[in-house]
Amino acid sequence: MTTTSVGAPKPTRHTADSEGPRRSVRRRSLGDLRVALIFVAPALLGFVLFYLVPTIRGIYLSFTDYSILGNPIWVGVKNYVKIFQDKLFWNAMGVTLEYVLLNIAFQTVIAVGLALLMYHVAKSTLIRGILLMPYLVANVIVALLWFWMLDYQIGIVNQVLQWMGMPRVAFFGNEFWAIPTVAFVNVWRHMGYTALLIFAGLQAIPGHLYEVANLDGASRWQTFWKITMPLLRPVLLLVMVVTITGSFQIFDTVAVTTQGGPINASRVIQYYIYERAFSQQDFGYGSALSVILFVILAVVAFLQMKFLRGNENDLD
Amino acid sequence: MTTLTSAARRRRPLSRPRPLNWGRIAAWAALVVAILVTVGPFLWMLRTALSNNHALATQSSNLLPADFTWGAFARVFGLQSQAEAQAEGGSGASISFWQYLLNSLIVSTMITVSQVFFSSLAAYAFARLRWRGRDKVFAVFLGTLLVPTIFTALPNFLLIKNLGLLNTYLGIALPSMLMTPFAVFFLRQFFLGMSREVEEAAMLDGARHGRIFFQVVLPNAVAPLATLCLLTFIAAWNDYFWPLLVGNAPAVRVLTVGLGVFKSQSPQGAPDWSGLMAATLVSALPILLLFIAFGKKIVNSIGFSGIK
Repeated sequence: MTTTSVGAPKPTRHTADSEGPRRSVRRRSLGDLRVALIFVAPALLGFVLFYLVPTIRGIYLSFTDYSILGNPIWVGVKNYVKIFQDKLFWNAMGVTLEYVLLNIAFQTVIAVGLALLMYHVAKSTLIRGILLMPYLVANVIVALLWFWMLDYQIGIVNQVLQWMGMPRVAFFGNEFWAIPTVAFVNVWRHMGYTALLIFAGLQAIPGHLYEVANLDGASRWQTFWKITMPLLRPVLLLVMVVTITGSFQIFDTVAVTTQGGPINASRVIQYYIYERAFSQQDFGYGSALSVILFVILAVVAFLQMKFLRGNENDLD
Repeated sequence: MTTLTSAARRRRPLSRPRPLNWGRIAAWAALVVAILVTVGPFLWMLRTALSNNHALATQSSNLLPADFTWGAFARVFGLQSQAEAQAEGGSGASISFWQYLLNSLIVSTMITVSQVFFSSLAAYAFARLRWRGRDKVFAVFLGTLLVPTIFTALPNFLLIKNLGLLNTYLGIALPSMLMTPFAVFFLRQFFLGMSREVEEAAMLDGARHGRIFFQVVLPNAVAPLATLCLLTFIAAWNDYFWPLLVGNAPAVRVLTVGLGVFKSQSPQGAPDWSGLMAATLVSALPILLLFIAFGKKIVNSIGFSGIK
């Protein structure tokens, strides 16, 4: 944060006021603030109106009873107490956690594999572009596409399963399979994007490290675990943070396919909040649920940063 | 590296043709599988959209369209009469994706133009101007990236409702029109990397920041601005949750919301799969076209925005 003075060594206040050139330097720094305010004003307005105030209002509403009609009534921690006794909330947390874990595990492994293929086998932009395609299409579209392909009666995947002599699976309609299926659909959409992030990380690893390892007779397997993975840590961490915060907020796929079902098998937390706030008009309760989600995400991000030392790089 | 490879190259003509490298074959096979898994579903979407919905059940594993017809597209655009639609397996409910397409186009354009413009102003102030508290304000801006959408969505819904903007284009677009942390961050990174020389020369000539921004900085930042416009447009086009909350009326419904409605209108027992796939194809097509035109830009932006 260097604030002032390019050519003026430590101007004290009275000399700055009395001497011409230094005064102009000081005026410019003041002038910058005024200009900066004009430049930042629209974004700042957006930040205050749609991020800051809603955050405060959201926390306030979580302590109230509020159906959109009428005024919020202060009820203290009643909503939070109710949440801890709410079986559907714990169910939603469990289901969401299952989804997050499946998502991270499969997505990270597949994406690292794809990134290595992009890096070592085919460096063409076309191939990277093709693999990125699903990510650019809306969640809703991807969800509906797979809803059709995984249909129990005439979906192509079940046709293939039957052809291979395996039993049909009601992917979206079975309590056991609903969440793994939603996770699969999202891994399909995100794997190319995640692989590209990791690919960019691979490109940043200096080539001479591999040459040295080669000369020392390291096997590919050793090079991968001793050089590639440690140096990818910052990128992998970023990918994990993005994946985890994103997966906790899974909504679109569930909303257009299972709608939380069968029974409660895929009622993930954001869908549950949506139902409480908008279908049942219980805004206070919905706000309290989303405060809890917010806290969980903040803690997760903080822990990841702290324990995986994501802001450090072994190259520096 | 260079010495090694040139040595290897010198040796190769003497030795026999290299034996098959199984590792490499396996790697290519994996890549081909990945590409098939990625592209296949899109082809299946097209195949289904061009099929007669009634014929899908009987020809479910035929790779070509079942009883080829443009009917599904006609149905999606509301060009079929109710009887025609039902004859081809549609629900017969009136649906017009022209309107949704137009709505998506209006909302996404509003968001893109204004968000990129206002974010570039802010990014300039964060990258080039010197003012007290600058880095702290920027850190707070970035911190909003961690706030879950649903957390601000509930109060924002109330705000839009109180402003009387429910079911208007402005109501859908407004929260994303002034800034997103990502856009500010993306442009600030680029401005920081730009050479200051021209700007400083202009400054010596007495140009003010406003003029420098519009006449020097923006023209030199056309490439990243275009990339950001693409990314913003795609994100706006694909958004579902927020438009679902504030724009569910048919007149302002965007494509994603329209798709959800179309799916829920489809009869449970015998869904209109070809209609649904025609609708998804129509919704995805503008993005796929953008991607075909500007794919390289988008692909290259991922590393930039993600890592640096």
